[in-house]
Amino acid sequence: MPDFMKAGVLTDPTADLKANPNFASVAKAYVDITPDEQKWEVCMRLSNRTIGFAMGAAVAALMTLPMVAGAADQTSGVDNGAHITMWSRAATQARADALVQAYNASHKNHVDVTYIPTDDYQTKVGAAAAASSLPDLFSADVVFMPNWTSAGLFQDLTARIAALPFAANIAQGAIAASTWEGKKYGLPFVVDLSVWMYNKKLFKEAGLDPAKAPNSLTEFAADARAVAKLGGDIHGTFFGGDCGGCGVFTWFPIAWADGETVMNPEGAESHLNSAENKAIYAIFRGMVDDGTALMPDSKTETGPTWTGYFPKGKIGIMPMPASLQGMANAALADEDIGVAPIAGVKGGTSTFIGGDAIGISRDSKVADAAWNFLAWVESDDAQINVVAKGGNVLSRPDLANNKYSATDARLVLFNSVAKNGQTPFAKNFGATFNDPQGPWLVLLRDAVFGDASKVDADNKAMDSSLNP
Amino acid sequence: MTSMAPATRAASPGAGWRRRHQLLGVAYAIPTIAFLAVFFLTPLVLVARMSLSSWPLLIGYKGLNFPKNFVAIWNNQLFGPAVVFTLEYTVLVTILLIGLGLGMALLVQEAGRWVGALRTIFLLPVAVGLASASLLFWGFYSPSIGPISPILEAVGVIHQPISFLQSSTSSLLSTTFLIVWKFAGLYMLILLVGLQGIPNDVYEASALDGASRGQTFRYITLPLLRPSLALALILCVTGSLLAFDQFYILTKGGPDNTTVTVVQLIYREAFQRQNLGTAAATSVIVLLALLVLNAVQFGLLRDPERS
Repeated sequence: MPDFMKAGVLTDPTADLKANPNFASVAKAYVDITPDEQKWEVCMRLSNRTIGFAMGAAVAALMTLPMVAGAADQTSGVDNGAHITMWSRAATQARADALVQAYNASHKNHVDVTYIPTDDYQTKVGAAAAASSLPDLFSADVVFMPNWTSAGLFQDLTARIAALPFAANIAQGAIAASTWEGKKYGLPFVVDLSVWMYNKKLFKEAGLDPAKAPNSLTEFAADARAVAKLGGDIHGTFFGGDCGGCGVFTWFPIAWADGETVMNPEGAESHLNSAENKAIYAIFRGMVDDGTALMPDSKTETGPTWTGYFPKGKIGIMPMPASLQGMANAALADEDIGVAPIAGVKGGTSTFIGGDAIGISRDSKVADAAWNFLAWVESDDAQINVVAKGGNVLSRPDLANNKYSATDARLVLFNSVAKNGQTPFAKNFGATFNDPQGPWLVLLRDAVFGDASKVDADNKAMDSSLNP
Repeated sequence: MTSMAPATRAASPGAGWRRRHQLLGVAYAIPTIAFLAVFFLTPLVLVARMSLSSWPLLIGYKGLNFPKNFVAIWNNQLFGPAVVFTLEYTVLVTILLIGLGLGMALLVQEAGRWVGALRTIFLLPVAVGLASASLLFWGFYSPSIGPISPILEAVGVIHQPISFLQSSTSSLLSTTFLIVWKFAGLYMLILLVGLQGIPNDVYEASALDGASRGQTFRYITLPLLRPSLALALILCVTGSLLAFDQFYILTKGGPDNTTVTVVQLIYREAFQRQNLGTAAATSVIVLLALLVLNAVQFGLLRDPERS
């Protein structure tokens, strides 16, 4: 569930903000995976255990067959009309779907993709893994990759990746997150960064210079207060205050930009009660107290709709995923969408390098066909004609200057902020930061809405969650 | 004595028939036994074994570790509040559902002009799946896309948007509203069947004796409705103690972990923290609690005349 990027949902503005076009499908997916089904899958898996052992040898033999055949064409796999099943999370649906549709239109293979509600993704994969019913391909929020690669859910892609002519040009972050004990299990699929977006029209009305984005969190708050003075249903800012993943995605970079940390490098010790982080909470608390932040929405947002607010054109400035796909609408003209890198309390810039990695599941019997899709996703064709064209961050930084990015300075900014960005590492990430009952959300809510003096005690709970 | 000979002769075909009859009986029972074994006993044994074992979701069985899982539950700070909240919710929902169900059943028990339409309207929400209904209400309650607040504001009933899920009380009440909307019709149906099973001559007799409406309800309707009330009560209490979907979708246990139910904890242990051992141990505890509770309910509701 955790998607630690509940952010995700933000990635797909059309789904959440308008809530209409994709609402039905998201709703359906939600209903489709009631926990009963998951319990059921686990039960079946368990009752089938003995049979599973008996069939182990046969299954192993079956699984090696395609691998042997694959050796014939390590580079691009096979495109022979195979049906490939795939799971991806709803948060990144718009961008994932653009890739899948373009692939299906130009290849004999067919990728059947199912989008799972972001919050349920980890549990769904866990249940399917326990039942040996994983799809051929599935993507994962990069922070969860260590959990799944260490459990052996993916096939080893080391040789296949090495054979790609452009292997060295692929963004290494997702590959590093997908590497376990020296073997590479995944490639970048959707790159998701956090930036600040501001409404130039509201900036102008508030007497601010729409060409000048804030260079620090302090300026962010000043600009938000100026916009909030417009009154009515216009608000300075908005944030997902009941959504752990939102805090991770949009607030961690503020500390990083100041050169500070949120955890130690091993992910075993929380620094979220440091002076720096307390200063960040205090600034947001101030905007809650004086009504600059939209309330009570900021306090009640649990994640599903947090990216839906900015495109409605009533919020001055807020963090958003770095994507313009589906963003402009009747309430928010494309030229009014200003973007800026996330800055620290004092200055600097940073971003959360997130998004999805993708790999071939250990249960797949069409690994060569699945690899054909993966190899294509990383190719010049897909990166330029699908990803760049859609206004998104490339997983091939070498292609950052292309015919589409040249037309929009915002896309250049998206592709450039990553150099100061970070991806937090913690073995127990999901249960600490994304779990709605986890300790991070307790700390965040105490710091911003509740009793801020509890932050030090809450941070102790963080430490024990990081070291179970 | 004379009759012994024919009787013995008759016994051998008779015994064969009886044996065949017994075999047939066993054959009839086999599907049920198989279903029970596969869908009830096996999972039960597995859960019991899991609760005594270290069993990470993605790895599987890793050896016995009793009583570690149970100690972990004891040490889980969310467990106590979750039990209290689940009980609170159960009491609230049970009172509302049985009360409203009975009222609605009394309203629609007589044939009348609007009764057919009313019965249908009351029963319609029962046909909606709980997850779908929860998602629907999540949309209604959402400050971002929900239509209720804007409509009330436009009409002038309220001047500030209502926040349905902001506090623990409003979250509980909003969820309870959904459940009452969804299930009141079901309890109406159960109690209606009971009401219609009460013979008319009992009412006529009480009328002849000059009983008032209140007396009739207190001394005729309620006692004769006891079996239906018992069924409704047991269904309602058990269902509410196992509440999950509505809170999982509407509140996710928030705000600030104030609406976490026991089953949500089981789900969290299993799939969020990937620990099937503690999840199974919690399930075992819930199962035992339900067994005790249902036994008590059966005892209290048993018809005194029949026993």
